[in-house]
Amino acid sequence: MSDLAASARAGLEAALAAGAGEAEAYAGAGEEREVRAHGGKVESLTAATRRGLGLRVWIGRRVGYGFGTDLSPQGVAAIAARAVETARAVDEDEFAAVPEAAGEVPALDGLSDASRGEWATERVAELALAVERAALAADRRVVGVEQAVYSDSGERVAIASSAGAAAEYETSSCYAYLQALAEGEDGRETGLGFGLARGPAGLDPEAIGREGAARATEMIGSTKPASRSCPVVLDPTVAAGFAGLLGKALGADAVQRGRSPFAELPGEEVASEAFVLRDDGLEPQGFAASPVDAEGTPRRRTPLIEAGRLQTFLHDSYTARRGGAAPTGNAGRSGYRVPPKVSASNLIVAPGGAGFEQLLREAGDGVLVNDVAGLHSGVNPVSGAFSVGASGRAIRGGERAEPLREFTIAGDLLSLLRAVRAAGAEPRWVPFGDSVSAPPLLIGELAVSGS
Amino acid sequence: MSDSAQLVAPDVAERVVARALAHGGEFAELFAERRGGLTLAIDESRVEAAQSGGEEGAGVRVLSGGTTYFAHVDGLHLDDLERAADEAAAALRGERTGARALQAVAGEPLPVERPPAEVPAERKAELLRELDRRGRAEGGEIAQLIASYGEARREVAVANSAGLLSGDDRTRVRIGVQAVARRGGRVETGAETLGGHRGFELLDDDPGAIAAGAARRALTLLDAGPAPSGSMPVVVGGGFGGVLFHEMTGHGLEADHVQKGASVYAGKLGEAVAQPLLSAYDDGRLPGEWGSDAIDDEGTPTQKTQLIEDGRLVSFIYDRGRAERDGVASTGNGRRESFRHLPIPRMTNTYIAPGEAEPEAMIGELKKGFYAVSFGGGQVDPATGDFVFGVSEGYLIEDGKSTRPCRGATLVGNCLEALAAIDAVGSDFWMKTGICGKSGQKVPVGTGQGHVRIAAMTVGGTGS
Repeated sequence: MSDLAASARAGLEAALAAGAGEAEAYAGAGEEREVRAHGGKVESLTAATRRGLGLRVWIGRRVGYGFGTDLSPQGVAAIAARAVETARAVDEDEFAAVPEAAGEVPALDGLSDASRGEWATERVAELALAVERAALAADRRVVGVEQAVYSDSGERVAIASSAGAAAEYETSSCYAYLQALAEGEDGRETGLGFGLARGPAGLDPEAIGREGAARATEMIGSTKPASRSCPVVLDPTVAAGFAGLLGKALGADAVQRGRSPFAELPGEEVASEAFVLRDDGLEPQGFAASPVDAEGTPRRRTPLIEAGRLQTFLHDSYTARRGGAAPTGNAGRSGYRVPPKVSASNLIVAPGGAGFEQLLREAGDGVLVNDVAGLHSGVNPVSGAFSVGASGRAIRGGERAEPLREFTIAGDLLSLLRAVRAAGAEPRWVPFGDSVSAPPLLIGELAVSGS
Repeated sequence: MSDSAQLVAPDVAERVVARALAHGGEFAELFAERRGGLTLAIDESRVEAAQSGGEEGAGVRVLSGGTTYFAHVDGLHLDDLERAADEAAAALRGERTGARALQAVAGEPLPVERPPAEVPAERKAELLRELDRRGRAEGGEIAQLIASYGEARREVAVANSAGLLSGDDRTRVRIGVQAVARRGGRVETGAETLGGHRGFELLDDDPGAIAAGAARRALTLLDAGPAPSGSMPVVVGGGFGGVLFHEMTGHGLEADHVQKGASVYAGKLGEAVAQPLLSAYDDGRLPGEWGSDAIDDEGTPTQKTQLIEDGRLVSFIYDRGRAERDGVASTGNGRRESFRHLPIPRMTNTYIAPGEAEPEAMIGELKKGFYAVSFGGGQVDPATGDFVFGVSEGYLIEDGKSTRPCRGATLVGNCLEALAAIDAVGSDFWMKTGICGKSGQKVPVGTGQGHVRIAAMTVGGTGS
């Protein structure tokens, strides 16, 4: 048994000794490093290690949670005492129960990359500097880089429960990004470039730098568009943002508590046939992949929207019990500090057949949205209504035209899905908050509000 | 000297700081922290989601030749601290440098009357039940109510090679309520929060009003029509309306953005950036406020800093390093989310000082406009000054009166233009709590102002 599995085991036993009827332990440990570069110099270099334990306990139909960083016997006992105390403070919930154990779960390959451990700090620092150089070299209008960042982490997880769950796995991830600054005659523009992989060997610093430069320079001279309803093309990063919102709305927790615009719609038509969405916890390219979810249930592939119809919701063990459904392996957690809750793993928007230029031609006259701001503050998660700030390009005669800024796009999620006319052929992984792979999307009609 | 400096014994702190300079560096610092807290929620009228945790750890940084070397570890045992010092020093290649002997700085943590950890959990559960009852009592169309209670205590200690040794002991309590109103297929939400750098005494004064307020906001929105779109005068509400100033100006005044030239306010010190009727402050010492602390996370005592004086920009917001670079003193704004983060310049409690205008008159003078009472949140690009805000409660202004509620409005604009376009500042004033995110770090901040009027701004909505 590894040290981490032993910590989980010790936590489980401490919880039962402290008075829990059932218990589940989640032990996490990892290390990470980060390099921030600016002006051809390394601005900061961070190295970190972390470890901790979270204990979920059940006393009858009451559930509590405690966590901490002290893994000594006294520390673990204190975490157990906290967990039991919280369980005594809450009300009974008839569906609260320890998750059933899954039995043997096959390992999942491709979750870590050896280059993360092999590349010395100097080498990844050079990668961050290369990202910055690439942006500056790409276009003379790029006057600087706000920051170029490289970050990687390795994580180990062990889960044990009084129902017999026992799982352990390891992952690694890394990413690099930059904010390029471009200066035109009438002001300054920023552009984000990013890339992600399981290890630094999988990153292309040139491409990341060029993307930041291109996104910043293409916005030079941007103006506000006139308000109208028109065809809109969503860049993959924007499409991924909307898919992330869908992932939350399709969580059974939101549905059961009446906080999802999809609550009444299983089996109904919710989207055009061009929009196909699935959750895939076994796709190793996505950072949310793992053999089991956060409570030990095996990950799987779950079709969410197919042939325009809503197929299923995402479940953890609690929502499955409450809804009389099967768990879909969608208990997620960001670490030992928080108990598991329903969340999408890797969301994958299926690509279509159209190249990007073809999507623009099909749009004819409209707007290309390259970036949105305030996606989370500008959306009502219960009704699905949204109104978010955006920037991008005009589309004229099927081609990119003048840059546009300071406009909003508004509507509601269901109307947006029904208005999807085509999905592009080239998807991209986008790690902003959620793990999503999305192609560009052509929306038949959307309200654009400018001057 | 508070007990928190005893998180780490002074002689241990001195040894760890010295160890971090083993391979050179101009400055080294140890930041140690013990944090604990409890959160509890009510949903579907059932108290649930109880979580209680305790963490301790330390971050060590070394500054050398313009580069920051940083390492953090979980745990406060000697071997944990030494590991952090060694990791931070690992990438340096120089000769050992010296550190000054530590001199403890006297400092008093901000007062807390009733430590929330000493209040029984059952009392907190009862509070949530009261919030649930009060919110639902506002009307039968309140379909759901979620209320949360959170308490947190952070004991911190800072020691550095310049000889500083200081500590703080911070307790915060916050409640939040989100109400959902439903009428047929229409669903609207309303939210309210109350928080402070205070103990359980924060909740002595009718906390149920927060729940009633959130519920009324959701009910009001059931009658909302589409928001207007286009350019028009906008009156911004007091309190949380100050988030607009926080986002569109405050972030641009943080010295890290300014020094990189990534702020539209770079080079504008001493210049007029607003009309003379506007003055603004950042104040990390406001008694009991959510964004207050006794010292910042570099050990600098917090202070009241005037940012804008009669329309003129008079100060940026500094941490230790950025202040040194500009040859000024730190304004006590070097804050970090935890020992796992590097300190960066952050706002504390930021506000537009009360002006002379009456809120009714501001609206009364307008033929057509928009009244933005509260925001769902917002974002700004400090480099360009472009911002966007979601309006969670807004009304049309027609013929001098606030008329029908609007849903789904956003305010879109550029901060230099919008700040300069403020043509009235209200004499009413209050503060609200917020959680501010920057560079992946979340810190508690206060925002405040009276009613403020912006002469012209783009309102994005679905109507005309």
